[in-house]
Amino acid sequence: MSHEAALHNHEGHGHDDHGHHEHHDTFLTKYVFSQDHKMIAKQFLITGMVWAVLGGLMSVLFRLQLGYPDASFPWLESILGKWAKGGQITPEAYYALVTTHGTVLVFFVLTAGLSGTFANFLIPLQVGARDMASPFMNMLSYWFFFIASIIMLSSMFVETGPFSGGWTAYPPLSALHDASPGSKTGMDLWIISMALFVVSSLLGGLNYITTILNMRTKGMSMTRLPLTIWALFFTAVLGVLSFPVLLSGLILLIFDRNFGTSFYLSDIYVNGVGALSNEGGSAILYQHLFWFLGHPEVYIILLPAMGMVSEIISVNSRKPIFGYMAMLGSLFAIAILAFLVWAHHMFVTGLNPFLGSVFVLLTLLIAIPSGIKVFNWLTTLWRGNIRFTPGMLFAIGFVSLFISGGLTGIWLGNAALDIYLHDSYFVVAHFHIVMGVASMFGMFAGVYHWFPKMYGRYLNNSLGYIHFWITIAGAYMIFWPMHYQGLAGMPRRYFDFSIWESFKQFAELNRFISTVAMIVFATQILFLINFFYSIFKGRKVTVLNPWESNTLEWTTPINPGHGNWPGEIPEVHRWPYDYGKDGHEFIPQTTPVGEDESGTH
Amino acid sequence: MTLYLSIAIIVFIYVVIFQIAKASEYVSILKGEEASRKQNNKINGFLMVAFLVFGFVGIYVCNELYYGKTQIAQGAASIQGEKVDEMLFVTLIVTGIVFVITQFLLFWFAYKYQEDTNRKSFFFAHSTKLELIWTAIPAIALTVLVVFGLRNWFFFTGEPPKNAMVVEVTGKQFGWIFRYSGKDAIFGKKYYKNVDPATNSVGIVWDDKYAQDDILTEQTMYIVKGTPVKLILGSRDVIHDVGLSHFRLKMDAVPGIPTTMWFTPIYTTKEMQEKTDNPNFQYEISCDQICGNGHYSMKGIIQVVDQEEYDMWMAKQKPQYYTAFPEKDPTAVPVVADTTAKTAVVKM
Repeated sequence: MSHEAALHNHEGHGHDDHGHHEHHDTFLTKYVFSQDHKMIAKQFLITGMVWAVLGGLMSVLFRLQLGYPDASFPWLESILGKWAKGGQITPEAYYALVTTHGTVLVFFVLTAGLSGTFANFLIPLQVGARDMASPFMNMLSYWFFFIASIIMLSSMFVETGPFSGGWTAYPPLSALHDASPGSKTGMDLWIISMALFVVSSLLGGLNYITTILNMRTKGMSMTRLPLTIWALFFTAVLGVLSFPVLLSGLILLIFDRNFGTSFYLSDIYVNGVGALSNEGGSAILYQHLFWFLGHPEVYIILLPAMGMVSEIISVNSRKPIFGYMAMLGSLFAIAILAFLVWAHHMFVTGLNPFLGSVFVLLTLLIAIPSGIKVFNWLTTLWRGNIRFTPGMLFAIGFVSLFISGGLTGIWLGNAALDIYLHDSYFVVAHFHIVMGVASMFGMFAGVYHWFPKMYGRYLNNSLGYIHFWITIAGAYMIFWPMHYQGLAGMPRRYFDFSIWESFKQFAELNRFISTVAMIVFATQILFLINFFYSIFKGRKVTVLNPWESNTLEWTTPINPGHGNWPGEIPEVHRWPYDYGKDGHEFIPQTTPVGEDESGTH
Repeated sequence: MTLYLSIAIIVFIYVVIFQIAKASEYVSILKGEEASRKQNNKINGFLMVAFLVFGFVGIYVCNELYYGKTQIAQGAASIQGEKVDEMLFVTLIVTGIVFVITQFLLFWFAYKYQEDTNRKSFFFAHSTKLELIWTAIPAIALTVLVVFGLRNWFFFTGEPPKNAMVVEVTGKQFGWIFRYSGKDAIFGKKYYKNVDPATNSVGIVWDDKYAQDDILTEQTMYIVKGTPVKLILGSRDVIHDVGLSHFRLKMDAVPGIPTTMWFTPIYTTKEMQEKTDNPNFQYEISCDQICGNGHYSMKGIIQVVDQEEYDMWMAKQKPQYYTAFPEKDPTAVPVVADTTAKTAVVKM
């Protein structure tokens, strides 16, 4: 319990507090059931990477079907067995792959893998704390995620297959065992896995909020926090307030599935089974509960990326982030609006048109804080002195993708256009660019930027550059043409388009997209090689502050122990963005304000 | 054999790339950090501009190749659709301008302000004036789009004109059922427990006197050019979605909760076949909400015809009541086959 002893003295000043206790650690407590936030962050990151590879591989498999619907690949049958009879993926397997791809990428990779990694890693280091408020809860947060992962993984090996009704799991399809093979055991496992995931997310989120509010070092006022921390703070608030709503929705779904209730079910006749006795439920109720999480979830995914990108762009432009308060205000506005726009996913459910109009207005309002962020990033670059580290490249890539995907949000948020484009490939293009690839870029930026702090070694730069340029070009080549497919009304989640007179003209384009998708996936393997090779064999970091950055994490030793700072926690005297001020290249937060220094932030 | 060969080639490519990257790292250590950073900045700065140029060229090429294949190029087939298309272009112009300006600035700044040891970065942390500008301008542009959008939205979701014909559409795994109200213009009651796939696919309550002239068809729906049509949507099992891409509309079909939509078709199927120069053209109903393994094949057809042809088709239809109770059919001669068979092309 000596960790706790150190943590309770988090103010640190005046205590004889050394914060490194490795001599107590066994392999098990250091690498497995670790309570060190840095180790937990790495656990989240690596588990997230495993899921990213699996989820990416799934997309390659179903893109294979979309690109080559008539071809047969005998090797598929040897991998997938009955799911690819005769070397062709079955519709059942296709829908299972699409569903699992969505669930895994949204929740396991871009929620747990992204904010789990960076909230854990950066919050104590950047606010100046020895660890999280509750390291034990933090550890539980990872292990709940781990169990959720195992259950989700096991659902892929049940006889009737994993859940196959889309990651949104709308009932009645998800509630009726007989509506689809995937809605049998696979769906029960999906719900249990998601419920455990919610627990994990809550344990983490409460910790992040508490740590940011209570454990900042001396001098670290809220407006001296790096924007990463602000973004992670709002992310945690969003998660804590919205994930329980999803949990309640899922619990009702479990009841409908297994205990004969009718929360979501009414007037149903299932082919081959007959009329069900359920009456009076509303299938739309689930969608309200789901999207009350589902929309904030988009920002839970996006905000950490925005925060890290703000930090990385500022550091590498050698310039303060432009409009710190405006950046903060826009984060706050986005977080509030995130709770008020969920029904824009439901414009075509028969929603009351007046209610729809309110959601149109609130949805398009989001474009204003988003616009402020983009213009502020651009102004940060303007007249900077830009260093193209791989982290910086991914940050710039993030801004580009955020613009491209954000603008199509203005199309889809307008109900009168959504009524045409809803659930078409236009939507697929929109959310993959703005939420999927952009956040992935934020995550890559974060990994490249903080890898030296995580492992005391550098990633290989050249591999980073190759990784970036192929990935951004590929991402645009995959998703840009999908807008055109959407404008042709092509619906998403179709196994095969060849029987449709209206949509079959894109066979050649689908082949192109699938080919690029495979190349981009192969490029991610390069990143993995780089990552794991560099952990053990990368070039060693020899200076404390390789990016010449102002924030506190770079004042720790190159390989910080549990407790982060060997001596006292440093005191903070200024905001983190004094780059290029008064002719100084950079002024770390720990430097006291000079007497003749020009006005402070 | 080819499989192993291709795996070997792929592994070989990885090894080569990795070795080159490794070597370049050694070179940069030899050259010194400063020098290698400068070189990397130069290369990536150049790639930024190159990406900008190739990106815009790519967008142009993509548009040339695929715009013609979208339905926007084809033109909308309903008055609602024409409004959607119009709004689409306005939105495209507004967002397109923002897109070009911001992407240009992003990559141009990245190139122009790459590190130069002779230059200091400009300490510029805040400007209320600039921030107000880029709050206000988007706000104005968005107001225009919202007003434009909501006017259309209330038109689309508002009441249809009085002369609208009404068709009830029911989704099921995996197909569509259409019900016409028959001569009395009133739909009979239905109750889902009455569903019998063979004779009563939507669960009509036969005791209801309005029900006995109701007409059921599957897969193909007939509507009249120029006459507004209101669809009452429902589902028998899971949520489906009536996607009418040519008319630019869609609406979910939810079990237990009826929804509606209406539109006025402006071209008959034949006219559209000529307009698109495609003799196989059909107005297809696509299911746009994932509904199970057959989702991708859940196709319906809408035949838009003129009034005369519609009346002829309607005259041939027999109330479903007589299919359920053949003994009560006053016309002893059974009507031959299902007239819709020739257009029902869905593979189940």
